[in-house]
Amino acid sequence: MGTEKQLYTISIYTENNIGLLNRISAIFQRRHINIESINTSVSEIEGVSRFTILVSMTEDQIKKILGQIEKQVEVIKAYYHNEEDTIYQESCLFKIKSDLLFEERQIQNIIKESNARIVTVNKEFFVLEKSGRRSELEQLHRELSAFGIMQFVRSGRIAITKDKLKITEMLNAFKN
Amino acid sequence: METVTSKQKEYLEQPKERISGSEAIVRCLLAEGVEVLYGYPGGAIMPVYDELYKYEGKINHVLTRHEQCAAHAAQGYARISGKVGVAMATSGPGATNLITGIADAQIDSTPIVCITGQVPSHLLGSDAFQETDIVGISTPVTKWNHQITKASQIPEVIARAFYIARSGRPGPVLIDITKDAQFEEFDFQYKKCTGVRSYKPVPEIDENSITAAATLINSAKKPMIVWGQGVILGKAEEELKAVIEKTGIPSAWTILGASAIPTAHPLNVGMVGMHGNYAPNVLTNECDVLIAIGMRFDDRVTGKLDEYATQAKIVHFEIDPAEIDKNVKTDVAVLGDAKASLKKLVSLLNTNSHPDWLQKFKDLYTIEYDKVIKNDLHPTAKGLTMGEVLKEINSQTKGEAAIVTDVGQHQMIACRYADFNVSKSNITSGGLGTMGFALPAAIGAKMAAPEREVVAIIGDGGYQMTIQELGTIFQNKVPVKIVVLNNEFLGMVRQWQQLFFDKRYASTEMVNPNFVAIAQGYYIEAKKVTKRENLAAAVKEMIASDEPYFLEVCVEKENNVFPMVPSGASVSEIRLE
Repeated sequence: MGTEKQLYTISIYTENNIGLLNRISAIFQRRHINIESINTSVSEIEGVSRFTILVSMTEDQIKKILGQIEKQVEVIKAYYHNEEDTIYQESCLFKIKSDLLFEERQIQNIIKESNARIVTVNKEFFVLEKSGRRSELEQLHRELSAFGIMQFVRSGRIAITKDKLKITEMLNAFKN
Repeated sequence: METVTSKQKEYLEQPKERISGSEAIVRCLLAEGVEVLYGYPGGAIMPVYDELYKYEGKINHVLTRHEQCAAHAAQGYARISGKVGVAMATSGPGATNLITGIADAQIDSTPIVCITGQVPSHLLGSDAFQETDIVGISTPVTKWNHQITKASQIPEVIARAFYIARSGRPGPVLIDITKDAQFEEFDFQYKKCTGVRSYKPVPEIDENSITAAATLINSAKKPMIVWGQGVILGKAEEELKAVIEKTGIPSAWTILGASAIPTAHPLNVGMVGMHGNYAPNVLTNECDVLIAIGMRFDDRVTGKLDEYATQAKIVHFEIDPAEIDKNVKTDVAVLGDAKASLKKLVSLLNTNSHPDWLQKFKDLYTIEYDKVIKNDLHPTAKGLTMGEVLKEINSQTKGEAAIVTDVGQHQMIACRYADFNVSKSNITSGGLGTMGFALPAAIGAKMAAPEREVVAIIGDGGYQMTIQELGTIFQNKVPVKIVVLNNEFLGMVRQWQQLFFDKRYASTEMVNPNFVAIAQGYYIEAKKVTKRENLAAAVKEMIASDEPYFLEVCVEKENNVFPMVPSGASVSEIRLE
């Protein structure tokens, strides 16, 4: 147990401070661990940021990494989750020549079937947005590749846990 | 709790007053009880130095000869006193020169606050003269760091810096302050920091874990304690002693734990680790319960991890949750402050003794004595040994001195053989292994504890890394005693070359200068000893002196430090020759 590599999502609640991203990424860099994706945003609590980091490592490793992350003064709390513990998504954008939309009927079907959304269309190009699981995004990418993609970008994973995270309680406890 | 002196009160929670950022910095330091700081001026920190000039007599700034040594001096100050040491430097090279000291303080959990000047905020990122991203550079080696660009941030950030540096597991904090923030005026008021909401310095003690620990310890037939610096940092020496004496458990220490329990205590069985004592290393792999207190299972302590105490149940008392199971899997982890934890523990422990088990330690000590210690302390060969110098210092200081060591053979010999009667008496660079540490650290130690005898023991290699601090010693009349054990080699590296690289002495031989003349050049009294018959008198003269004193002892060139756990070997494979 704990010695097999798998994908983990790390959620970190932090103070919103310059330099913290550097401090957290350095923890991975120092141990030669590649970050698959990283996302930072506001969280449900005002003034508190949330990092979502995707890494492939063993459970033993991730427990140690979590200890190092939580040790940082401005980290409020860090968690790691399995795929099953979270609801997660990635998002991606495709830029494609507008001509294709009219010339290739197939593309219209792909868009419909994949539940992708057209964000904008102009004479030269249109932009397609798709959110979902990595496999869905990859499938859409494969299908559109045949027609030529002008630009492609995919976001890092964002994830929400099924279990309650008691950050507000934690912060309230400090006030008392 | 910390005591606040009346001098501090003058600067604490006074009515708001409009002053410059630089004056605020000095007042913050005074409010934190800082009496001395170490540093080096330069362009981006000049406004603060101007204030230090105005506050002369209230706060003492010591000009070191290199910023690295300002950090090490602050470390020495902190290590002997338990207070926060302070170092100051300008931007760019001044700041980067601090880094070695900061990294040393980080790995050895030493509370220091470093203040650096920075280019004005409108020049940040423009590659301005002496601009460097010191916050970025220092991030991996600081407990916390922060850049101030507005004067109004100064009091809160500095208060936080001191709080973070000294609380929980202590460590270094760096505060970088732009020059415009130093000039800017604002309404100053200082309040001490009492908490940071995202930071929990001391975990709460789980009573169940204490009970579980006590149960394991009470049922143990062959228990062994290994304590570390956590005992000293947590001021838990008396509590540890109570545990040891009640249970009769043989107790060993890591290099940074040295001096927490007096050397002569009958249950003190010596040092663990690569050049530690024979018995505690061998018996680590025989004990049934290993009780680790305030130590972090460093690789120099554990040797080959897969073969470290695998037969034993491990109980780990530790303040830093990240240390639990980091290197050695524990059976019972007791998180919390060492003092509070041990106090709770002792009441649950049975009064006990382990005479047969303790005898094993004594038997192995006898083997070590015959094979190693006898030759180190009572050599029959012509050349002087490092060990006999330590023995002489022990007898003349009666084990009351604080010993400050550098890194290498002399360090291992000093830690093995120095007599410690008083806690906080072993000041050395343990985790980082920073050559050049001892001389500046001794300055800080002596200034923090002027009533104590402070003896720096340094090799001829490390001495020359920070030898310029003789200037600081001379200018400030810091009466440290400096002993250089000169074997004309980088001895520890040479030892490894001899044992593992077929005696290919690549770049380890040193052609040394006239050390006595150099010390005399700084007007420091100096003597050189080459013969055994002159050693006692020379040490006596050094200890008797009220002034700084330099003593060079020329020792046997190619002696080795044993016992030794070869790199990658198990602790029980420790070699005696």
